[in-house]
Parts: sequence; C-alpha cells; structure tokens
Amino acid sequence: MENIETLIYLLLGLPLLAAANTLLLARFENLRDGQAVLLGLVTAGCAYALYTSSTPVPETVTLVQIAPQLTLTFTPEPLGMLFALVAGSLWPLATLYTIGYMRGAGEKNHTRFMFFYAIAIHAAMAIALSGNLLTLFVFYEVLTFSTYPLVTHKGTPEAKQAGRIYLGILVTSSVVFLLFGVISVWMLAGTLDFASGGILADRMNPAYVPLLLGLFAFGIGKAALMPLHRWLPAAMVAPTPVSALLHAVAVVKAGVFSMLKISIYIFGIDFLAATNASDWLVWVAAFSILAASIVALSKTNLKARLAYSTISQLGYIVLGAALASPLAASGAALHIATHAAGKITLFFCAGAIYVAHHLSDIRDMDGLGRRMPITFSAFALGALSIIGVPPLAGAWSKLMLMGGAMQSEFLIIIFLLAVSSLLNLVYLGEIVLRAFFKSGAHSEGAMAEAPWACIVPLVVTALMSLGLFFAVDNFVLEFGGK
Amino acid sequence: MMMQHLPILQVILPLLAAPFAALASRRHWAWHLTLVATAGAFAISLLLLATILRTGTPIIYDLGGWPAPIGIVYVIDSASAFVLPVVSGIGFIATLAARHLVIAEIDARDHPLFFAAWLLTLAGMLGQVTTGDAFNIFVFLEISSLSGYALVAMGAGRDRRALPAAFNYLILGTVGATFYVIGLGLLYMLTGTLNLADLSVRLADVENLRPAYVALAFIALGLFLKMALFPLHLWLAPAYSHAPSAVTALMAATATKVSVYVLIRILFGVFGFEFPYMTQAVGGLLLTLGLLGAFVGTFAAIVETDLKRLFAQSSIAQLGYMAIGLGIMTSAGIAASFIHLFNHALMKGALFLALGVIAAQTTHLSLHTIKGAGRQIPMTMTAILLGGLALIGVPLTAGFISKLYLIRALIDSGLWAIAAVTFVSSALALVYVWKIVEHAWFTERPENAPVLTETPGQWAQAWILVLATIGFGIYAGPLVEAAFGAAQVFGPDIIQATQTIEGLQIIEGLEGQE
Repeated sequence: MENIETLIYLLLGLPLLAAANTLLLARFENLRDGQAVLLGLVTAGCAYALYTSSTPVPETVTLVQIAPQLTLTFTPEPLGMLFALVAGSLWPLATLYTIGYMRGAGEKNHTRFMFFYAIAIHAAMAIALSGNLLTLFVFYEVLTFSTYPLVTHKGTPEAKQAGRIYLGILVTSSVVFLLFGVISVWMLAGTLDFASGGILADRMNPAYVPLLLGLFAFGIGKAALMPLHRWLPAAMVAPTPVSALLHAVAVVKAGVFSMLKISIYIFGIDFLAATNASDWLVWVAAFSILAASIVALSKTNLKARLAYSTISQLGYIVLGAALASPLAASGAALHIATHAAGKITLFFCAGAIYVAHHLSDIRDMDGLGRRMPITFSAFALGALSIIGVPPLAGAWSKLMLMGGAMQSEFLIIIFLLAVSSLLNLVYLGEIVLRAFFKSGAHSEGAMAEAPWACIVPLVVTALMSLGLFFAVDNFVLEFGGK
Repeated sequence: MMMQHLPILQVILPLLAAPFAALASRRHWAWHLTLVATAGAFAISLLLLATILRTGTPIIYDLGGWPAPIGIVYVIDSASAFVLPVVSGIGFIATLAARHLVIAEIDARDHPLFFAAWLLTLAGMLGQVTTGDAFNIFVFLEISSLSGYALVAMGAGRDRRALPAAFNYLILGTVGATFYVIGLGLLYMLTGTLNLADLSVRLADVENLRPAYVALAFIALGLFLKMALFPLHLWLAPAYSHAPSAVTALMAATATKVSVYVLIRILFGVFGFEFPYMTQAVGGLLLTLGLLGAFVGTFAAIVETDLKRLFAQSSIAQLGYMAIGLGIMTSAGIAASFIHLFNHALMKGALFLALGVIAAQTTHLSLHTIKGAGRQIPMTMTAILLGGLALIGVPLTAGFISKLYLIRALIDSGLWAIAAVTFVSSALALVYVWKIVEHAWFTERPENAPVLTETPGQWAQAWILVLATIGFGIYAGPLVEAAFGAAQVFGPDIIQATQTIEGLQIIEGLEGQE
C-alpha cells in the first residue's frame, strides 16, 4: 500500500529538515518554532502510516556501506515501528510545549536548543528503524552527543557538572561495554543484522551468553539500569522539555528499546530461555525497580522524584527482556508506549508548575491543585497510569509483565511488581493528594495555569494514557515463541 | 616514459626543490616552489597508488640501472603505495597552511631556509617509504631527522624553549638512528646484503642466529625511539609543543608514522613472523609497551593544560595503539595499524593545523586561551571538536573505523583482555577532549581576553582534513581494503583471515537458501 522506503526516508529526514530550518529561520522566532511543530505533525503521521502498514516481507534501506560487512541499514520491524510511533507522535506535542516553556521560563539560546532537540529526535528515529547493530550503535552515540548541549543548556557550573556525569557514564559505558558487545557479536555470528529468532543460537558457547548479555545490559547506559543510573537524575538540570521528551521518552526509551531489540533479534528469546542466560538480569532489574522506587520516596524535588520513578519503570522493560518469555517481551514493548505517555504527562505538568509558579519542591505544592486544576488533573491521570490502575494504559503492560513472569516461572517477581506498584502509589499519590487536599502557602489566589502552549500538550498526553487503555489491541506485539 | 620513473621522482622532486628554495631571494618564491614540489609529490604518490591498486604487482625501480642486490632498488608495493599518499598529502596540505603560519611565526629572513628544511624532511620521509634498501632507509632517516631538528629549532624565534627541545630531540633521535645502523651492520655481517628482500631470503639460511637476535633488538629499539613508543617517548612532547605550528602539524601527522612503517618493513618484511622469539618477545613487548603508552599518553593529556602538549601526549597514546596492532603479530593486526596510521595522520594534521590558527595569534596556547572561543572562532573550534571526537573514536569518524579493526584483530587472536583494556583507554580520551569543549563553548570568555579572529584562508586546510576524517569514517571501504592489501605484503595468515570471513558469508548464503 504505502511505499515503505519513502516513509523510512521521511522519518529520518524530517527531523533533520526541522533542524536545518531552525538554523535558517533563527531570526524569525515564530516561523522557526512553527515549522518544527508542523514538521513534527507530519513525522507523527508518517510514523503512524508506517506502523499501520502491513508488510509481510520487511523492507530494507541501506544508506551507505561503511566497510565490508558494515552498513548503515534501516529495516522497520514491529518493535521499532512502535518506538518510532511513540517518539514521533510525542515530538510535535513536546515541541509545542517547548515553545510555551522556553518563552514562559525566560530561557536563552532558543535556536541552539531547538536545533539539538530535532537532531536528538532524528537519532531516536534512526535507532528505532535500525536494521543492524552497527546502525543502532552509531545513532546511539549520535543521540548521546546531540543531547549533551541540551543538558548543559544553562551553562552554569551545576549544568556543566551534570553534563560531565551525563557524557561520562553514557559514553564510557557504550564505548567500553556496548561496542565490545557489538564487535563480539560480529565475530561470533559473522553478521550484525537483526533477525527474528536471533542470530547467536548455535554460534557461541552457552556458558558465555550471560557475559555477552552483561556487556549489552551495562553497555546500554541509557537504559539506566542500576548502578549506571546516575546520569538520569543529573540530567534533570536541563530545561523541563528536555526531561519530558528526552529523559522520559526518546533517550531512555532508546536505551530500553535497544535492550529489548537486542534480546529479541540478536540473542532470541528462545535462546535466552534455553540457556537461562538472562536469569541474573532478572534480579538486577528487580533490584533496580525496587531501589529506585525507594530513592524516589526520599526525593522532594519533583523532577528528581520523577527521574527515579523513570529509572524504576525502565527496570520493568529490562525485566521484560530478561524474563525471556513471549508474553513478557510483549509486555515490555507495550510498557515503552504506556510509560512514555504517562511519564511525559508528569514532566509536562512539572514544567507547567515551574513556568506558572516557579515551584519545584513537592512540599511547596500543597493546595496548588485548586489554582492549577487542569495541570493537576492531568498529573493524576498520568500518575494513575504509571501506578497501573485501570482504565489507564499502564494497567495492561503491568498485567502482561506479570503474565510473562508467570510464563517464565519467576513467581516471586509477580509479588515484587505488586510491591513496586504500591510504592508508585505512595510517591506519586502524595503529590496529587497534597495538591488537592492540603492547603499551603500557594493555595490561595485565582486560577493561574501555565501558557496554553504548555497546557494543550499535557492534556493531550493525559488523554492518550486513557485512550491507550481502550485501544491497546493495536499496540500488543507478538514475539517469537515456537 | 615518465611513468616508469615515478618511484624516483617521488623522492627526487622535493629533494631537488630544497636547494632552490634555500636560494630563493624572495620569501614568496620559497613558499611557491615548495607548494609546487609538494603538490607534484602528492600527485605522483596518487598515481603510484592507482597503478598498484589497478595492477596489483609491485613496481621495482633499479637506481641507475643497477639491478638488486648490487644496486639500490626502490620498491612500490601495496604497503609503500599506501603510506606515500599519507606523507605527501599531509605535506601538501600542511604547505598550504604553512603560508600564513610561517608568516606569523617565523622571521621573514629565515623563510627560504625554513622551506628548504621542510622539503628535505619530506624527501627523507618519502625516501624511507620508497626504498627497498635497508641502508638507504638509514640515509633518508637521517635526512628527514636532521632537517626535522632544524625545523623544531626554528620555533626559537617565538619560544626559546624550542632550542633545548630540538637538542633533546637531536640527541635521542641520533641514538635511535645509531641503534638502527648498528643492528643493520650485524645483519650485513651475517648475510652480506642490504637489500630488504634479499636480506629476508638470506636470513633464512643463516645457521648461527645469535647475532641476528642482537640485530633485531638494536633495530627494534632504534625504531621504537623514532616512533616515540613508551617509554622512549620523552622527546616528542617538548619537540612538538615548541616547534612552529606548521612543523608540529607536519611532524605529528607523518614523522612517527614513517617510523612505524619502517618498523613494519623490517620486522615482518625482513625477519618475518616465523623468526624465533618474534611472537613471544617482540610481539609481547609491542603489546605491553603499546598498552602502557596508551595509558601514559592519555593520562598525561588529561592533566595537561597546554594545548599543543595535550595533543602531543595524545599522539603517544595513539602510537601505542599502532604498536598494539603490530604486537598482535597477524596480518589483521598489521592492517589495523595501517588503518590507524592513515586515520591518525588525518586527525592529528587537522587538530594541529586548527591549533595553529590560534597559536599564530597568542604567545601561550593553553586551555585558558580558548575560554569561550567557540563563538569567536567557530570554524576553528569546530574543527578541533570534530578532530577530538575522531580521537575518541566516535562513530561516523575515521577514529571509529580504526578502533573497530584494532579490536577485531585483537579478538580474532583471542586477546580478549587486551581488547578490554584498549577499550578503557580509548574511552578516557573523552576526558581530555571534553576539557576543551567545556572551555570553548560552555565558559564565558573573560573580559580582558584578546579577541581571536579567523579567516577561511586560515581554517580551510584544517577543514580539508576534518572532512576527510568524516568522509573516511562514513565510507571506509576502499581504505580498509587498501590497508588489508598493504598488510598482505608481509604475511600469509591474512589469507586465512579473509577465508574465515568468506566462509561465514558462504554459511549465511546457504542458510538464506534454506
């Protein structure tokens, strides 16, 4: 029906076009920002068209052959198309939000910001559609370096320090472990192409599979698996639109997406299950989920709490990959989408609160719900989705992960997921309860919401969390399993 | 008919141009003459490479019509044809930049002598690569070194520390060359020949190999010194940092690389993989010293604040990687070293040419000098950023290709631990590159700091090399093939390596059919 090849080029090219336009139109603020939203909408449309196109045979676009056996290749497969859809559809909303936030909060250097924002989305799209490990690795690094200027945007010593932690952890882990893993796969399998069912079965000694998996699990620092999570709270020094789109959706999801993609298409779920190679990763992910939730409880800065909540939720997706059962993999894939919609709402709200009232500490938000009813209602919806309460989307993915744990006979994990939900309820619920039912220094006064450009996106994403619950059928992917 | 004489023209052109440059009565003439000579040398080396790639058979040129082993021969094979364009190409681009750098840094009266020494250095390096005669290598080594000492000393007009640096360089360089020639003497005593090909044949028949071991030790040590392998690297940082900027760019990109090439020629072309102690002693030594050099150089660069010194220390680390490639003792490892030799020449050439733009405007080139410079001289600083990213080995730059093939060669030989350590040291390059990024872009320029300027005529040469770095990072196929071709000159096991790759492809092909 649609021409897949054209869609791939469009998805990769439109963000680049937006970036180029940003530089060209630097002097005309409204035009510069307007075209980014518009191109974002077109990108979202293309991502949707690609996701809904049914192709029996995967189509491949090879951009360039770097060296023998090494190509930059893009091959859409269901998981990648889902991630492209998530990143693509949230991009225009986040761009609209950025306009409201950057102008409302009086940030400087808008052009540089918008430029690297678009480049980061380009990299995320390339990761989503990557057809081999080399392409994935290349754009993983592009994503790291393109988001660095966004993290250090403010240029303060604190921002620079955060930038060092950011680059230090992400680049070092990827260069030392991930690249090692990539080259090892190249050696072992003689190819780097993603293939359903994996490419490593029968090609390597099963005893070394856990080691290789470890290179990937700790090489993909963007998945923020403990103890490599420190960069994410550090990156919260960035303006909130960065935290919202990149550090709740594009960057961190690129990490867990890579992890999931590698376990499904490089190792193969069956191979992982047969060798029990990922059992240790189940426990590491479980630890990450619980520990990050407990740290989140202790944080009173709203963005810091959301950051640790993200670390915890990313653990779910790694867990889904590590459980190595078809249902868990499907649950993990779905969780990429549901958590994205929920968490971006929460960050949008955090930014809106900052723009309208310059508040970032949770203890100052008592009673604020009465002055910002729209924002806090959206926050409540997002929070409920993250906690996993029906009728919000997060309920499905958690349920499927629990089912996956059952399939893999990790019964204790089901209990652990329940405890984690309870912790989510405590640390996210507290904020909603304070805002609506307590009264404090900021509770008096007329209604004072953030500018409309901030409010519209957060309402839309909150409704997405709701809508996803009912339309979930379209987003459940089937993986492997004989 | 000219085509026949290309091998000798490659060397003789810059060699003959040198005295004319020295005699030039106006300083512009010296530069113009140098430019023409280096452009010619570059064109010749490209022609030679094209010929070798097309025919695949080596070109043997008998000097004066005397055939080997009586006469001296020049040999252009896949290996020398690979290195020649690196040297002559960097020489040409550095000459382009030398115009503005030399005007800024060197007294006008000295220009003719400067360019004469410049051409002699180039001729010496090209000679070392072309010749097929071991003693001739020594002669050219001395030609390039002696003129190199003079070039470094010419930095004294701006910075008196250039004089002790040049003197140090001279002493250590002479020790290195002497060691080489002592080793060569022993080989001559054993075999009665100096022709490289002949040496390797006759060495196989020598019964008492003990003097040959000593010869190997002397030659290897001498060349380790010339290529600044840890711990014989101490001459390099002062020489590079106090030399005129153009000289730093030329030498950092080519001088040590030629010594690496000569080491490859002697180790694998004369002694060969099969020579006793080769794998254990020489290979182990190269791996150990290479790794140590990688770490020592990187840490020295991390704590350094003088920018020229910082990148000079980084060169020691990068030469360490080339030594590691050789230490693997497989053709894949040699190929990795050839790839890195090429890529590192591009990166360091770009970096030092870009640094030259700033060095020409200030007396002291430190991190403090470039605070907030990202906005004042964006093209120059971006060139330094991209060159730095290539040093780290970020994908889509040439440095990534180097790293990929070096690690692959290590893993191929089962040297997993060394591969892991190499990864760590390469990641540490991020620290010293990022110091520069933070100072240039994320720090405000101090109020009293002088205003830095740049013109396209100043940064264009650095950008040619930057673009080449990115180009060879995205499209490295021909480079990789040429490097493996160059390595093939020295060993048989490359054939096995490619066979395994092809074997895998065949397996995949079969599976695809099922």
